[in-house]
Amino acid sequence: MQYKSQAVAKPYFIAAIGLFVGQILFGLIIGMQYVVGDFLFPEIPFNVARMVHTNLLIVWLLFGFMGAAYYLVPEESERELVSPGLAILMFWVFLIAGALTVLGYLLVPYSGLAEMTGNSVLPTMGREFLEQPTITKAGIVVVALAFLYNVGLTILKGRKTVVSLVLLIGLAGLAVLFLFSFYNPDNLAKDKFYWWWVVHLWVEGVWELILGSILAFVLIKTTGVDREVIEKWLYVIIAMTLITGIIGTGHHYYWIGTPDYWQWWGSIFSALEPIPFFMMTVFAFNMVNRRRRNHPNKAAVLWALGTAVMAFLGAGVWGFLHTLAPVNYYTHGSQITAAHGHMAFYGAYVMIVLTMISYAMPMLRGRSAANSEASQVLEMWSFWLMTVSMVFITLFLTGAGILQTYLQRYSSDPLPFMVVQEKISLFYWMREVAGLMFLIGLVVYVASFFVGSRQPEATAVVEGSAA
Amino acid sequence: MTAEAAIQQQRRGLAVPRFPPGDLAIWIFILAELLVFALFFAAYAFTRMQHIALFDRYQAMLNRDAALINTLALLTASYFVMRGVVAAREGQGRLCARWTWAAVGMGALFLVVKSSEYAHHLHAGINLSTNTFYMFYLSLTFFHFLHVILGMVILVAVALKAGRGGYTPEEHTGVETGASYWHMVDLVWLVLFPLVYVMK
Repeated sequence: MQYKSQAVAKPYFIAAIGLFVGQILFGLIIGMQYVVGDFLFPEIPFNVARMVHTNLLIVWLLFGFMGAAYYLVPEESERELVSPGLAILMFWVFLIAGALTVLGYLLVPYSGLAEMTGNSVLPTMGREFLEQPTITKAGIVVVALAFLYNVGLTILKGRKTVVSLVLLIGLAGLAVLFLFSFYNPDNLAKDKFYWWWVVHLWVEGVWELILGSILAFVLIKTTGVDREVIEKWLYVIIAMTLITGIIGTGHHYYWIGTPDYWQWWGSIFSALEPIPFFMMTVFAFNMVNRRRRNHPNKAAVLWALGTAVMAFLGAGVWGFLHTLAPVNYYTHGSQITAAHGHMAFYGAYVMIVLTMISYAMPMLRGRSAANSEASQVLEMWSFWLMTVSMVFITLFLTGAGILQTYLQRYSSDPLPFMVVQEKISLFYWMREVAGLMFLIGLVVYVASFFVGSRQPEATAVVEGSAA
Repeated sequence: MTAEAAIQQQRRGLAVPRFPPGDLAIWIFILAELLVFALFFAAYAFTRMQHIALFDRYQAMLNRDAALINTLALLTASYFVMRGVVAAREGQGRLCARWTWAAVGMGALFLVVKSSEYAHHLHAGINLSTNTFYMFYLSLTFFHFLHVILGMVILVAVALKAGRGGYTPEEHTGVETGASYWHMVDLVWLVLFPLVYVMK
C-alpha cells in the first residue's frame, strides 16, 4: 500500500463481502420458494425475499465500487485522498441506511414501510429494483455526492490518468443517472422509459466504464505492461460501450408503448453490445500474455481473466440471445431473462469487485503484494466453485426459459403459466442445487481470508530472466 | 536500445510503409463501426425487399442533388486528408495543417447541406414514425451525420497539432490515424448514398 488513506477501502470491502453472503442466502430462499411455494411462509414472502436479493446485490456492488475507487484513486493520482474521514463517515451512513432499509423490507409490510417513510410526499417506491424508500434514495444521493467530491477532488488535485478519469466519468454517470429514480410519472410508459435510464444505463453504460477502468488498473499492476498500451485499449472499449450501450437501451422499449423505431434501434445497437465485452476478453488475455513479470498474486490475475470471460458470456452472449425484437417477442420476461441477469451480474460486476478485493486486500492487511500460497489456493478453489456453479445456474435457467417460451408462448397449443411452471420444476430444483454449490464456494471464499494468514507471502515463479 | 539506434530503426521502418497505417486501436474501432453500419444496411435492404413500392415512392422525394453535392464534399475532403498525410510524411507540418483544415471545411459543407435537408423534412412534418422508409432514412443518415462530426473533431485535433509542428517524418501516426477514421466516414457514405438515395 503506497498511501495511508487507501486503507479506507478495507471496511468497504468487508461490508461488500458480508452483504454478498446475505444476498446469496436470500437467493437460495427464493430459489426454494420457486419449487416449494410455502417455504418460510408467512415470515418471508417471495416478493420480499426477491427484493432483498436484488437490493443487496446492488448495495454490495456499490460498496465494492466505492472501496475500489478509494484504493485505486490515491495510487493513480499519486496523493492521499482529500478526506479519509469523510470516506469513513459515509461508510457508516451507507451501511446503517442499507441495514435499516433491509430490516424495513423484512419486518414491516411494504405499504406500511411506504407510509412510515413518507413516500406520499415524493412517491418513488414500488418499482422493481428501485423499491427503496424515498429517504433511503435521498441518503444514497448524499453518500454518492460526498464520495464523488472526495474521489473527484483527489483526481483533480493529483496526477490525471486515463484509468482514473474513466473511473470518474463512470462514477459520476452512476450518480447522475440515479437521479431518474426520483422521477415517477403517472404515465406507465413514461415511467418505464425513464426507469431504464437508471437500470439499463447503469449496467450497460456507466458501470461498464467502472468495470473497464478497474480491470485496466489491476492489469497494469499485475502484468507490468506499459500503461499507454492498456489505456489505448480502454479508450476503444469504452467508446464501443457507449456507442452500443446508450441506444441499446432500446431493447427494453419494444413492448412498453414507445414508437416502433425502437424495435430497430434497440435490435441493431444492442446486438453489438457484445463487441466491447469481446474486446475486453481479448484485451485481458493479451495483456497477461505480454506480461513483463509474474505477479505473486495469482488469484487476482485469475479473477481478472475470469471477469473478462464471464462478462462476455453472461452480458454479451446471453444478452444477445434474446435482444433482437422478433426473438424477444417470445422470450420477454421469461427465465431466459433470469439466466442472462444472473450470469451477467456475476461475470461483469461481482467478479470485477472480487478482482479488486483480491488484488488490494493483501496489501490492506499488511502484506507487501500477495497472500500466502495456502490462502491463494483456497481463493482459487472458491473462484472455480462459484464460477462453475454460476455457469450451471445459467444453463438450468436457460433450459427452463427455452421450455417455458415454447410451451407457454410458441407451441400451437399454448399452456397456462402455472401449468408450464409445474412442468419445468426439475430445472428449478437443479438450479437450487447449483445455488447451494455456489454458497459452498462463497464459504470457501470467506475462509480464504482466515487461512494461511501467518504463513509467508507467496512469491512469483521466475520465468527466464524476468524478475 | 540507444536513442540513435531507435531513430535508425524508425528510418528503416519508413522505407516500407507500415500496415495498417495509423494506430492499430483506430482500426479495431473502425472495424467495429463498420459492423454497426453493415447491420444497419442489411436491415435496410431486407426491409426494403418487403416494401419496395413504399421505399421507391418516398425515395423519389429525397433531394438527390444535395446528396450528390455531399458525396463530392466528402470525397474532396478525403483527397485533402490524403494530401495532409503526404505533407506530414515530408515533414511539412504547416502544409499538413492547411490540407487538414481544408478537409474540415468540406466536412462543414456536408453538415450544412445535410442540415438543410433535415430542415426541409422537419418543415414537412416528417419524423421517425412517419413510415418505415423515413425511419431508416433518418436513422441511417443521422447516425452517419454524427460520425462526420466526430471525424471533424479528430481532424481538427490533427490540424492543430500539425500547425504546432507536432509531427515529424518519423512520427506522424496521429495524422494517419485521423485520416484512416475520416476515410471510414467517407466510405460509409459511399455505400449509404446509392443505397438510400439512388437504388431502384
